Amino acid sequence: MAFAIKVNGNTHSIDVDGDTPLLWVLRDVLGMTGTKFGCGMALCGACTVHVNGEPTRSCITPIDSIGDSKITTIEAIGSTAAGAKIQKAWLDREVVQCGYCQSGQIMSAAALLASKPHPTDADINDAMSGNICRCGTYVRIREAIKLAASS
Amino acid sequence: MIIDQGAPRTAGRGEVTLANGLSRRGFLQAGAAAGGGLMLSLSLPFGNIETDATDSFTPNAFIRIEGDGQIILIMPYVEMGQGTYTSIPMLIAEELEVDLKQIRLEHAPPNEKFYINPLLGEQATGNSNAMRGAWQPLRQAGATAKAMLVAAAAKKWDVDPTSCRAQNGEISHPATGRSIKYGALAADAARMSVPKDVALKRPQDFALIGRPLKRLDTPAKVDGTAVFGIDVRPPGVKIATLAQSPVFGGRVKRVDDTAAKAVNGVRQIVRLEDAVAVVADHMGAAKKGLAALVVEWDDGPNAKLNTGDIASVLEKATLTPGAVAQNIGDVERAMAGAQTKVEATYQVPFLAHAAMEPMNCTAHVRTDGCEVWVGSQAIARAQKAAAKTAGLPLDKVVVHNHLLGGGFGRRLEVDGVIRAVEIARHADGPVKVVWTREEDIQHDMYRPYWFDRISGGLDEKGKPVAWVNRYAGSSVLARYLPPTFKDGLDPDSIEGAINLAYDLPNFHVEFVRTEPPGIPTAFWRSVGPSHNVFVTESFMDELAAAAKQDPVAYRRALLDKSPRAKTVLELAAQKAGWSHPLPERMGRGVSLQNVFGTYMAHVAEVEVAKSGEVRVQRVVCAVDCGIAVNPDTIRAQIQSGIIFGITAALYGEITLKKGRVVQTNFDSYQMLRIDEAPAIEVYIVASSEPPGGMGETGTSAIVPAIANAIFAATGKRLRKMPIDVAALKQ
Repeated sequence: MAFAIKVNGNTHSIDVDGDTPLLWVLRDVLGMTGTKFGCGMALCGACTVHVNGEPTRSCITPIDSIGDSKITTIEAIGSTAAGAKIQKAWLDREVVQCGYCQSGQIMSAAALLASKPHPTDADINDAMSGNICRCGTYVRIREAIKLAASS
Repeated sequence: MIIDQGAPRTAGRGEVTLANGLSRRGFLQAGAAAGGGLMLSLSLPFGNIETDATDSFTPNAFIRIEGDGQIILIMPYVEMGQGTYTSIPMLIAEELEVDLKQIRLEHAPPNEKFYINPLLGEQATGNSNAMRGAWQPLRQAGATAKAMLVAAAAKKWDVDPTSCRAQNGEISHPATGRSIKYGALAADAARMSVPKDVALKRPQDFALIGRPLKRLDTPAKVDGTAVFGIDVRPPGVKIATLAQSPVFGGRVKRVDDTAAKAVNGVRQIVRLEDAVAVVADHMGAAKKGLAALVVEWDDGPNAKLNTGDIASVLEKATLTPGAVAQNIGDVERAMAGAQTKVEATYQVPFLAHAAMEPMNCTAHVRTDGCEVWVGSQAIARAQKAAAKTAGLPLDKVVVHNHLLGGGFGRRLEVDGVIRAVEIARHADGPVKVVWTREEDIQHDMYRPYWFDRISGGLDEKGKPVAWVNRYAGSSVLARYLPPTFKDGLDPDSIEGAINLAYDLPNFHVEFVRTEPPGIPTAFWRSVGPSHNVFVTESFMDELAAAAKQDPVAYRRALLDKSPRAKTVLELAAQKAGWSHPLPERMGRGVSLQNVFGTYMAHVAEVEVAKSGEVRVQRVVCAVDCGIAVNPDTIRAQIQSGIIFGITAALYGEITLKKGRVVQTNFDSYQMLRIDEAPAIEVYIVASSEPPGGMGETGTSAIVPAIANAIFAATGKRLRKMPIDVAALKQ
């Protein structure tokens, strides 16, 4: 089936089954590999993108559910105010290790900061506990979100 | 610094015209680089494990100073999050007197001739040994290059070399105000003789080493542009996913692919002896196709195997003598004379790696050659495996290495490469084989199960006078590198069980190598110590409890001969507020280890809920890892190792039922999450000793600290991992 989806301000025409997860459209059809595959079941958050600003697990989001929604991925999150702050804080706090999960972490954190400019520890737990980091960068993720909020 | 993660250079770029023969100790050569410039070739040893001295010079790292001043480091170590791509170049930059940004790093291509690792017999990154191996030779290489550049400048100006200075990538002659950049001197420098015994900078003069420099690989990892193995997209690539025999050793009996072939986007079904793959336009179609496949399996000889069967085999093995790993004094006599005896058995489970980037490999097999794209800790092994599987000579196989989305030992194995080549042989064009998370967990190669039988004898004052430990389990090195397994022992299986920091006058440790049936084993972050330190440090706590003594004081009394261990123990205890009382159901536990060349003590603070659930609230770590090359990277690695170890202690367990791995995804094989992560404090002891290993130490040390803290909180001693919540319920 043919679909037109809006990703990072551009409209793309694609022809896949309607139940194809957005993740694979982004990665394999459109070649936007910044969004990562981790579990395929919304258990790890590596595939997080924004759909109309809402953090969304693209691995379980069928393409036929997107409609006119605006999708933002890691490739463009730096052009949002919250995303830019988060990326800078990630660098300042030296959060990253292997880096594989960090696209998803940054997308979740950027959504958090956009909706709650001054998140509490509980807010951070709520927003970020869906994102697994096997390198265990959690201590620095928390610090970086607080740093971004104070900047 | 730029990390060139694209096409690896051919061997030709790394070739050297040897001009000056061997330098001191035979680990460094210098000469002209192909295309001009100065090339240094060096041989990096690997960590603290002794290797047979080789007569011939076998370089495995290269430094090239090009005419334009660019400094290129080609090294065999890979970046998998541990910060190696920053800390290793720091060593050269320090001695060469250049900014870190002037150094460009290239992934080493697979080339056993040039990048061979003397210990592992191949190119590999593991065993926390990159810094340990590189510390001396890379600084030596930097200092040698600098001396040759100085000599070239001095000759050019006809001045005394000692009147020249090297700074900021140029040689200057202050007396006459002249200066010249390294690049302009590189060709001349290559003609200078290699100086002997070049003095290295004194630690007090270090400008880079010891500073928390920013990692160089980070910016691309926050904007989505970093390319991991799973991200490669060679033109025309198809995506495949696979189902391997659910029981290890099983075979495909029958496949009905009618429904799978009908899935939109599915291109091909590839049937292998023990696996089936669906090749498609994208992973969504491949997964849908795989779900539609009907596969009947012949489960083979392991169809009835359960984890309990393996545990029984290991338990029985500890009743038979093993290979003696270490013997001090006379344990039999000491035990006979002991006032108190303590006996226990310990068990640790199989563990999966669960790196966030699922296993994947891309291969393009043609009749005249094969190309492979992967993120590997052992690139030469990957090349060899691809060549063998494709039936091609080694020089017809090109392997491109990439960033690793977590390694932890999993990417030392090449089973994923073999699978990709097997599948790609049947396809026209490149195929990226991506494992589902379920496949990744159920067809991992696992941290071995170990079973320990340990006993101790105390004198009338409670001091340990005898220590006897015999344990059974897999030897990963015996499979991976057979020459390292000698007389029933390998260096990994015994690390952390022997050469304890404690003064134990009568000490006897045996290892009974026992390979489990029906499940492959492999390296896993901290490997041998992940098991040995848990047992040793838990049992030391048991002895302290039997002696009715404080666990920290008890350990400290045994450390008069090990001042570095004593220092970290005391520092961790002091910073943790060891003697301050805690509320009910909370406790502190300590651990002390000396593995991977690093001394480390942890104090863990845990809370055990009435439900039995354990929460690690705070971890205080004191570490003496010798000179701290990049303190921020060290802190990061310790934080990382601790989280990795807590995950194992709380949740980590792979079990077999009817030959099948029971766990499937992050719901049944859980990872610690941010809301469960403790506060972590790291205290680095100032030291002038050579650097120790850092990537794995935090993991092995934390598990016994947690178990000991649970004992302090509840009086319950947990001798089997992971933590049994039911046993702690009040």
